[in-house]
Amino acid sequence: MIKSDRRLGQGLPWGLAVPAAAGMLFLVLPLAGLLARAPWPALPARLAEPRVLEALRLSLVTATAATALCLVLGVPLAWLLARAEFPGRGLVRALVTVPLVLPPVVGGVALLLVFGRGGLIGRWFGDVLSLPFTTAGVVVAEAFVAMPFLVISVEGTLRAADLRYEEAAATLGASRWTVFRRVTLPLVGPGIVAGAVLCWARALGEFGATITFAGNFPGTTQTMPLAVYLALETDPEAAIVLSLVLLAVCVAVLATLRDRWIKA
Amino acid sequence: MVRPRIGRRSLSAPAILVILSMLCVTGCGGGQKDDTLTVFAAASLSESFSAIGKLFEQGHPAMKIRFSFGGSATLARQIKQGAPADVFAAANMETMRQSEAPTFRIFARNRLEIAVPKGNPAHVAGVSDLARPGVKVALCAPQVPCGAAAATALAAAGVTVEPVTQEQDVKAALTKVRLGEVDAGLVYRTDVRSAGGEVEGIEFAEADKAINDYPIAVVPGTRRQVAAKEFIDIVLSDQGRRVLSDAGFTLV
Repeated sequence: MIKSDRRLGQGLPWGLAVPAAAGMLFLVLPLAGLLARAPWPALPARLAEPRVLEALRLSLVTATAATALCLVLGVPLAWLLARAEFPGRGLVRALVTVPLVLPPVVGGVALLLVFGRGGLIGRWFGDVLSLPFTTAGVVVAEAFVAMPFLVISVEGTLRAADLRYEEAAATLGASRWTVFRRVTLPLVGPGIVAGAVLCWARALGEFGATITFAGNFPGTTQTMPLAVYLALETDPEAAIVLSLVLLAVCVAVLATLRDRWIKA
Repeated sequence: MVRPRIGRRSLSAPAILVILSMLCVTGCGGGQKDDTLTVFAAASLSESFSAIGKLFEQGHPAMKIRFSFGGSATLARQIKQGAPADVFAAANMETMRQSEAPTFRIFARNRLEIAVPKGNPAHVAGVSDLARPGVKVALCAPQVPCGAAAATALAAAGVTVEPVTQEQDVKAALTKVRLGEVDAGLVYRTDVRSAGGEVEGIEFAEADKAINDYPIAVVPGTRRQVAAKEFIDIVLSDQGRRVLSDAGFTLV
């Protein structure tokens, strides 16, 4: 493993190295811009502001809950797309990716048209469980936008996985459910973790669908991206601080997870 | 193992891409010509300024006009960062100050109204109903102009409103009313007009305390001073004033 890594490093053609370096710069420079403009001396005081902590807590809670929801619904969906044969599978796969191309604000309006007070579903049980303007609504909006990342990632892993293990288990008499639980899931575990991480990161940064569907109120629906957007209106310095906090937390969580799970 | 051949030929593709993208940086960006007047205007001016822009183009057949409508604070920030604007029309004085234009004219005023969904399901009759328990209200966030105006008007009325949401701009607040997700929202009179029959507007006296002045200015440093002044003249002309008045603005 190490040997092949080294060989790859030595033989890296400049035709790849130059665009790769340019690509990295392109992604990292805006971050450097944020760091350069950050009000470092005022940082500790800003970080201790209750509204910052409130928005951060809400962001972490909702992104995690949205990821959980995506796992529960998305992994079976990915399995269906990768393993089951049924007519119209191509269409279903295309539909699953719709939230990827839909502008998130439109996604938010679409969610309102379904779960809102006058919506397709919302009008029937809206009195019992109203989603708009609630923290649960934030979770729904984030899950809607983030789920395709999980589904696509898990489906890819499932397709790449060696089917013979599942076939062997089936020949030995395991039911389809047992095969899925005891063979398939452990086999594609790293893929699921990678998909979940991607999904979580997308949910954490979600703005358009959240503010459209769940609205914006400090403490209940104002997540970090919403706080950043509104701070930008009057206090760009505060917006930079909030962005840095979000970035730092995100990078810390992703780096930890990566080390623990994905290498293994 | 067969190593992929990495020869001169396979390098040319990325090289071409790099060259193309460099060309694009100089060639495709902006593309601002001298015959195009760029107007940055507050989102609430979308309908009326589009109409006034047609008037301008009729009088200046050799010129084209293009608009960038958006939140006033965002536009002011873009102008400060060097966005190629010739004229800036803001929805309040504060954002005009942020754009650092030395002189400006106030050309219209806008006042708040209570917007309710068609049929007024929560039977909102006045500003005090907004504080009634069970009435869902959308306000703008205090950071944006319509939110600041709403806070002033509500304070003047002595009413404490607990909104379900603080929207990022006035059109977002209007959308919540339009879809019937809230029982009422505080938006500008022009927004109620633009929504046609989908929302009903209720005037209230305390809106007098939170009138928004709309200033317009030539952006400092523009090369199209003359055309920019001529556009502002049309906004201030009788024709322009009629368009603004039809949209629900109060004339100055």
